[in-house]
Amino acid sequence: MSSIKIELRQEDIEKIREICSSFNKDPQELINILHKCQEHFGYLPAEVQEVVSNELDVPVAKIYGVVTFYSFFTMTPKGRHPISICMGTACYVRGAEKVLDEFKKELNLQVGQTTTDGKFSLSSLRCVGACGLAPVVLVGDKTYGRVAPDDVRNILREYE
Amino acid sequence: METIKLTIDNRAVEVPRGTTINKAARLLGIEIPVLCYMELKDMNIENKPAGCRICVVEVEGRRNLAPSCATNCEEGMIVRTHTTRVLNARRTVMEFILSDHPKDCLICAKSGNCELQSMAHKLGIREIPGQEIAAMSTYRLDTSPSIIRDLDKCIMCRRCEMMCNEIQTVGALSAVNRGFMAAVAPAFEQNLEHSTCTYCGQCVAVCPTGALTEVDHTPDVLRALADPSKTVIVQTAPAVRAALGEEFGMEPGTLVTGKMVSALRALGFDYVFDTDFAADLTIMEEGTELLDRLNRHLSGDKSARLPILTSCCPGWVNFFEYYFPDLKEVPSTAKSPQQMFGAIAKTYFADKIKVNRKDLVVVSIMPCLAKKYECQREEFSTDNNRDVDFSISTRELAAFIKQANIDLNNLEEDDFDAPLGESTGAGVIFGATGGVIEAAVRTAYELQTGKKLDRLDFTELRGLEGVREATIDFDGLPVRIGIAHGLGNARKLLDDVRSGKSQFHAIEVMACPGGCIGGGGQPLHHGNSEIIKARAAAIYAEDKKKPLRKSHENPFIIKLYEEFLDRPNSEKAHHLLHTHYFERKKKIVVKQ
Ligand code: SF4
Ligand code: SF4
Ligand code: SF4
Ligand code: FES
Repeated sequence: MSSIKIELRQEDIEKIREICSSFNKDPQELINILHKCQEHFGYLPAEVQEVVSNELDVPVAKIYGVVTFYSFFTMTPKGRHPISICMGTACYVRGAEKVLDEFKKELNLQVGQTTTDGKFSLSSLRCVGACGLAPVVLVGDKTYGRVAPDDVRNILREYE
Repeated sequence: METIKLTIDNRAVEVPRGTTINKAARLLGIEIPVLCYMELKDMNIENKPAGCRICVVEVEGRRNLAPSCATNCEEGMIVRTHTTRVLNARRTVMEFILSDHPKDCLICAKSGNCELQSMAHKLGIREIPGQEIAAMSTYRLDTSPSIIRDLDKCIMCRRCEMMCNEIQTVGALSAVNRGFMAAVAPAFEQNLEHSTCTYCGQCVAVCPTGALTEVDHTPDVLRALADPSKTVIVQTAPAVRAALGEEFGMEPGTLVTGKMVSALRALGFDYVFDTDFAADLTIMEEGTELLDRLNRHLSGDKSARLPILTSCCPGWVNFFEYYFPDLKEVPSTAKSPQQMFGAIAKTYFADKIKVNRKDLVVVSIMPCLAKKYECQREEFSTDNNRDVDFSISTRELAAFIKQANIDLNNLEEDDFDAPLGESTGAGVIFGATGGVIEAAVRTAYELQTGKKLDRLDFTELRGLEGVREATIDFDGLPVRIGIAHGLGNARKLLDDVRSGKSQFHAIEVMACPGGCIGGGGQPLHHGNSEIIKARAAAIYAEDKKKPLRKSHENPFIIKLYEEFLDRPNSEKAHHLLHTHYFERKKKIVVKQ
């Protein structure tokens, strides 16, 4: 008979309640509410979904269903240095996948995951519009162009 | 009503606006196969995610084939349901579904009763191309005390989700993820055990494949029966006798009480008893509690809370523990008949036959999956020995009987054993919605007024309406009664209790639509409420046949109180026959 314990700070709970109230706690607005929550927390951990569930009186299974259906929602916090690899056509053709594989190998991470120390997270992007620089990698706000698998180690070293 | 004329397979048909092509075709006797689609007519529920595309048809002028289960008829439409293009498409769809489906029909619990299997057969699929290209997607097996989820066999029809959300309003299941990772799962893909699932089993009852099945305890029962050091006794719930026959080709509503007893004897049970006996006992305890609360309430005692809620359905108990924990003092504290039976069997009866409770194995045959969980609840064990050791469903019993090569149809009728097999008609009607409260009324009326009832059939309490109410005249005292079956209906009555609006003195709740006769462990009725009605009629017919129809007149119940329990709600009765409930609502714990 396990009851799930939710650990959130009081102010976090207040914030979620405020967001829900600003949409009149309307279940129809679930996606917008989740967007606002993700803007605030950077991701949508289970605890946040539980509070939204309570506020809107929507089963938490449904909320989780929505969160996992749309790729713009995530349940893992981004790392301090989020790494994104462009998978647009130009980048892909010029070997972005190999670059991505190298990052995966170096960090021992899958796309959508964050390292246990919270430093790096890995994601792939659709075309960022810098096709001239393909393949393109973003780390935080910084852009790296014409990246080859061999460069990966050096890029990571910059953030040590 | 506005109607629409169209042509299906060169035949004209006129239907009301809003009718789907599939239904219009059915009117003409043309059957277009469906897989994900399901209709529960009397509950006003239609599941049409248009996900599987088995039901596609050709509509003249449209480039793509249309899913007939979800496409409405339009004026002048010309539809063809079985052209070669359609047949090819259906085959391709089926091959695609099967390419990501395990092939272990040989050992699958649903084999022979699986809609996917029969569809594959119907469409004549003999090979599944493309398997060498992609590996099958896999999902971990989730075993809970009552239900097994094997999502490798899920075809994403989402019927379970609909039952859990629309009918039961439990919301334990939802479609999650997309693509090959898509599944129907509890929040955060936890195991069912850690969700708010009530184990009502209604999802299992509608799952077309082996993705949702009950945990099968037949092997445990077989092992106990084979062990000479064990005395194995069995109790059968009222609803089982009204449905078991269906698994043996009998008409719905055929009563097989006597044959069932013979079959259980042939399987080797040492004593064949009846849960109806415990149902009579439940009425004594619950009825006394009702009168006590009612009389205290009438004399102005504010601590006597009304309405009293029945507590014999473990699915319902789970539901209020999750969703109405603030009301957990409102239900009766009486245990369910299954657990009352176990408690008496492992004390009174074990002493009588001089067997240690550890060597006495109590098996229950139930229409119910929640009972599997219930008998595993900690508070229903003494020294790690359960009051009810194993609970198997009507479906499991049918399979067990077939396994033992027993021909149910041709068995002689036999009687339950004494003393725990003796019951009244009041115990029998527990199986149908409204039955528990009717049984309670028969006894409570006579105990309260000291007068004999001049009629025993309270038809105003019967029927299949989701929420019902009636006022019964207790010799000048109007007793207001509410009845709900299906947890969504129960929620409506409970919301009123919570807000103080409820005017009822007593409310009966059953988790399953129709009551236990529509339980999650019964032969599959595929949403056909005629079957439920036939089972209810059988239950009431058995009641009518009984020489005694009031629980307090059951001579063995009277003897049990004299010899053992003293009187209803005595200290001993409280100890053995009553329970308490837990708050299971999730708490938000604030981190400092
Ligand atoms: S058993 Fe009942 S409550 Fe549990 S998932 Fe199935 S339908 Fe929902
Ligand atoms: S588990 Fe069964 S009922 Fe639920 S979606 Fe899968 S196949 Fe359909
Ligand atoms: S209504 Fe009957 S079959 Fe359904 S959960 Fe309750 S006790 Fe079990
Ligand atoms: S039955 Fe029509 S799409 Fe599945």
